[in-house]
Amino acid sequence: MLKLEKGQRVVISGLLIVFSSALKYLNLYPIVRDILLILSAVIAGYPIFLNAYRALKFRILGIEALVTLAVTGAIIIGEFFEAAAVTFLFMLGSYLEAKTLEKTRSSIKELLDLAPDSAKVIRDGIEVEVLPDEVKKGETVVIRPGEKIPIDGIVIEGSAFVNQAPITGEPIPLEKTDGDEVFSGTIIESGFLMVRANKVGEDTTFSRILHLVEEAQDKKAKTQKFLEIFARYYTPSIMALAAIVFLITFDIRLALTLLVIACPGALVISTPVSIVAGIGNGAKHGVLIKGGEIIEKLGTVSVVAFDKTGTLTVGRPKVVKLKGFNTTEDELLRIAAAAEKYSEHPLAKAILEKANTKFFDLPTPKNSTLIPGQGVRAEVEEKEILIGNRKLMAENNLEISIEIEEYLKSEESEGKTAVIVGSNQKILGTISIADELREDAVLVVRELKQMGIKKVVMLTGDNKNAAAYIAKKLDLDEFYAELLPEDKVSILQNLQQQYGRVAMVGDGVNDAPALALSDLGVAMGGVGTDVAMETADVVLMKAELKKLLYALDLSRKTVKNMKQNIYFAIFVVLVLLVGVLAKVVFLSSGMLIHELSVILVILNAIRLLGFKSKF
Amino acid sequence: MTVKTFQLETLTCPSCAGKIEAAVKRLEGIDDVSVLFTSSRVKVSFDESQTDQRQIQKTIEALGFDVLSVK
Repeated sequence: MLKLEKGQRVVISGLLIVFSSALKYLNLYPIVRDILLILSAVIAGYPIFLNAYRALKFRILGIEALVTLAVTGAIIIGEFFEAAAVTFLFMLGSYLEAKTLEKTRSSIKELLDLAPDSAKVIRDGIEVEVLPDEVKKGETVVIRPGEKIPIDGIVIEGSAFVNQAPITGEPIPLEKTDGDEVFSGTIIESGFLMVRANKVGEDTTFSRILHLVEEAQDKKAKTQKFLEIFARYYTPSIMALAAIVFLITFDIRLALTLLVIACPGALVISTPVSIVAGIGNGAKHGVLIKGGEIIEKLGTVSVVAFDKTGTLTVGRPKVVKLKGFNTTEDELLRIAAAAEKYSEHPLAKAILEKANTKFFDLPTPKNSTLIPGQGVRAEVEEKEILIGNRKLMAENNLEISIEIEEYLKSEESEGKTAVIVGSNQKILGTISIADELREDAVLVVRELKQMGIKKVVMLTGDNKNAAAYIAKKLDLDEFYAELLPEDKVSILQNLQQQYGRVAMVGDGVNDAPALALSDLGVAMGGVGTDVAMETADVVLMKAELKKLLYALDLSRKTVKNMKQNIYFAIFVVLVLLVGVLAKVVFLSSGMLIHELSVILVILNAIRLLGFKSKF
Repeated sequence: MTVKTFQLETLTCPSCAGKIEAAVKRLEGIDDVSVLFTSSRVKVSFDESQTDQRQIQKTIEALGFDVLSVK
């Protein structure tokens, strides 16, 4: 009898109740009926008594103790059916709760199942299979189609299409070749890779995400803390009420029923189940929300502030326009790229990138010198080339005509940086370079407004021209330019005082302090940037603005789900209390309503797992 | 102050969490206890001169929860 499983106990005690009821229907053996019921109560009740006893040894009065007391009382007053039914329902309820709760946690399990379980490492020239944790930093790992990448590292040979969905939620495979970064837990769909291990075991992005999600699911929401305090007072109050009722009315059935409903189970579980399901859903879609409190905050944001570079824009300057004044555009690009061939400046890189798409081979520059704050001077094909700003041209006596000056101004008013190229006392032309807006930036700003966000603003350290241009193009409500990092924090505080909760969205690299100090920091493209993952409250794994909409949508749905659960649970508490006091609800029906309400609350939360935003 | 995390078998009822927290807190030299319900873990920070990991594990097990591992 001691060794029965929970499920077996439920079945046996349930069958005993059915037999007994059948006998009652047939009007047979009253004594056997009672014995069957007592047996049912003992079989289902044994683990309840045991747990009650264990807790009482530590002077803790749990729900089991209350149920035990109620059941014992019921047997003493001869209510055998009630006793059997209460224990049966309690066990059935806790069995179903366990099963359904498991479902709310399934996202974490699914993530865990994605963890790689073996790695093929090259040691002494031979390929050996080891556990992923046993791979050492710097070793070379071989991965074939269908296999999971067991470490974070850099591709040194081969090329492959890699499905990064486990980390970014992005279902379309990406091509990875020499020099690309790959992550543990992602899967090679086709191709072959040799990867040098950079991070192994617990340090991989995958392990860290898993760890953060686990932690997040256990971080309590404010509402939850409140409800737990409520429950802490509610239970003893109802127990006291039971005692008072008994002393005044001597109605033992009423007093025992009060004990059964003293634990507001649905209320206690209402918030955590929604949050676990919400965070789990996010984790599967590349949105990491760090805890219940964050979900609550995110669900009620009224201002969204974006960082510019790397967030609203791609963060990588590109050549957007070439204009030749005394030469062709191709020649302008060729000469400029050659002069900048060995420069590390971001603008130079943009020029070279553009040139590499057009020219196979660039001339080698001679005597190339960097002039700080001005540009570059170099000799290309025996001619002196100057690339830089107005100051560089002025210092070298190159005159900028009114026509060119006007052109420069119009480019700059569109937020572009216009680089001037000159040679032999002549201006050859200008190259306009700009950081492109992200593809989905316009859509995201529009949708945010549609979702009822009061202000969508931009904070940037960049100049006013560039900022104004982008603000207009995206239809932002406000923008703040030429900011120092500390300015950002004070602007965020102002916005918060004026409009309410502010979410700051950044790429987590340039603006980690602002993200950390803001009310709610959202880091984009968290994969591979540890700082962002640690400091932000919400991490969008993929560098895609649309994920912000997903995060907002999901948080609102989660908060809504949570509220439904809470209102329902409070309603049930009231119904039970009134029902018991009005003597409509008794032991077994009280337990039935209690258990049903708990399960309904869990089932409601499970709906969140299937939530899919349109973004 | 030492911090240890006890991995338990899957916790299924939210009221278990309260029990473990209350019982462990009553031991001598316990600074903080948090029961992580979803991941079925108990995180305890304690003063090693007054109690030890074994004592805490025994308490949790006496309540009827198996401790699978300690980190």
